[in-house]
Amino acid sequence: MAVRSMFSFSRPSFPGVMLGLGYFFLYAPMLVLIAYSFNENKRVNVWSGFSTKWYGELLANDAMMAAVAMSLKLALATATLAVVFGTLAALMLTRLRRFPGRTLFGGMVTAPLVMPEVITGLSLLLLFVALADTIGWPANRGFVTIWIAHVTFCMAYATVVISARLREMDTSLEEAAMDLGANRIQTFFAITLPIIAPALVAGWLLAFTLSLDDLVIASFVAGPDSTTLPMIVFSSVRLGLSPEVNALATILIVTVTAVSLVGFWFMDRNDRKRQREMQAALAHPD
Amino acid sequence: MNLLRRWLPDRRWGVIAPPFLWLSLFFVIPFALVFKISLSEMAIAQPPYVPLLEYLDGVLNVRLNFGNYTWLFDDPLYADAYLSSLGIAAWSTVICLAIGYPMAYAISKMRGSLQNLCLLLVVLPSWTSLLIRVYAWMGILKNDGIINNVLLAVGLIAEPLRLLNTTGAVYVGIVYAYLPFMVLPLYANLTRMDPRLLEAAADLGARPLTRFLRITLPLSVGGVIAGSMLVFIPAVGEFVVPELLGGNEATMIGKVLWGEFFANRDWPVASAVATLMLLVLILPILLFHRYQSRELEVAR
Repeated sequence: MAVRSMFSFSRPSFPGVMLGLGYFFLYAPMLVLIAYSFNENKRVNVWSGFSTKWYGELLANDAMMAAVAMSLKLALATATLAVVFGTLAALMLTRLRRFPGRTLFGGMVTAPLVMPEVITGLSLLLLFVALADTIGWPANRGFVTIWIAHVTFCMAYATVVISARLREMDTSLEEAAMDLGANRIQTFFAITLPIIAPALVAGWLLAFTLSLDDLVIASFVAGPDSTTLPMIVFSSVRLGLSPEVNALATILIVTVTAVSLVGFWFMDRNDRKRQREMQAALAHPD
Repeated sequence: MNLLRRWLPDRRWGVIAPPFLWLSLFFVIPFALVFKISLSEMAIAQPPYVPLLEYLDGVLNVRLNFGNYTWLFDDPLYADAYLSSLGIAAWSTVICLAIGYPMAYAISKMRGSLQNLCLLLVVLPSWTSLLIRVYAWMGILKNDGIINNVLLAVGLIAEPLRLLNTTGAVYVGIVYAYLPFMVLPLYANLTRMDPRLLEAAADLGARPLTRFLRITLPLSVGGVIAGSMLVFIPAVGEFVVPELLGGNEATMIGKVLWGEFFANRDWPVASAVATLMLLVLILPILLFHRYQSRELEVAR
């Protein structure tokens, strides 16, 4: 089989070269950002010495820290509900072949993946205003309205991740459990849930990062006293470069990278272990 | 009787109802409201528009104002913004495809662990913040940014080039932000391809380029469509990139909508802008949806 890895240095292939350039394009700007977060100068682009003072200033910035707390709470609440709804929606799409409105439902799940944020944001705001007008709720826009908006677009991503796992899972395990007398709910909790658990974690993390990052939708549905982290970052970035934002960006990039690499290491180890066990089982059929 | 039973609630509805109701209420109904408000008039009130239906002295008055739409068609600013958004989004998609296809191809040819790691490295940037990644480019493209500083130091230019606040900067930002969304579906498609097809072609004497053009490329059309739609559709309505990198030069429609809503507080015109944008995007969205549901069937 003609598998040519990008590391065959003898003759670098065109796709291999493009991959290298692509990584450079993706990572160079972030590395520049990180480097300048340690610049002592207030003018971000003028290097005058190594310093960690901007991290101190960032932690002392009360408005920024309040927004961080708000955004983290929001992301936690969003990710949790998005995974619950995403699991239900994924079960519908993969396990129920026919139910009334299946086509419509499929569209409702995929459309938020691509819908421009300005449209989603405006439409949800108009809904909240109309609801407040007719039933008096929500009286104030803030945490709850942003939460609802975030769950709505994040559950689509969670659904895609979870249904991919549900589709590749071996359904004969579920059938076996039901043959042995378990009902659907018992089967779900004893068999299905443990098997799709990695996808639930992946979907949860994805929804968490999407919620933490959203500027546009939150700006539409937020009230006057609810400011999320992206909103505060946006208003300071609009005025130009800010060393505190560089420090914040560095913390974010390092955290995401660390969590991803640890997660990758765990999954990779489990995969290898499972493959070894399968090979061993095939070699010695007892 | 059977028909009745099909519609009566059974236990499946415990699974179906919550996400279905949630999406209907918070995703579908809001679009109807956008259309409704787009036919209203701006008012100095809370909320800032005139109600469409009024019940006065036993008479139901319906006031439909098409003025917002004629306004959008009369003022060339809006047509320009729509056209430049579509153009920028389309070219960004082509550039993403040109960079992303070879990347996805290279990754799909790797072996187990390395393949997963390389894929992770492509997706990882999209898990950090889009806002922050666009901000990073502000620092690079500024007049006293890295590119200008290097070019000045080397002596290639005598004074800084204007890179930030140009349409070119918007292209860079959009391609940078959306590249991972192009690579992911392409990789998913390419990695599923049956290698025996290529071996058979090779045995029959086809050269590598012929094998790629006659087998790999036609079989990956689904991935190309999915990736392209994942880039094109959101890019048309993009706000953050043109706002931070485009300055006054690139007026994209997402920025226009934002301005109508937040600066002018003209909710009806903002709604009309959104309605027209949705009309333009409905075909691409349907195309994307068709590909997605075909994916579900293929895997079953």
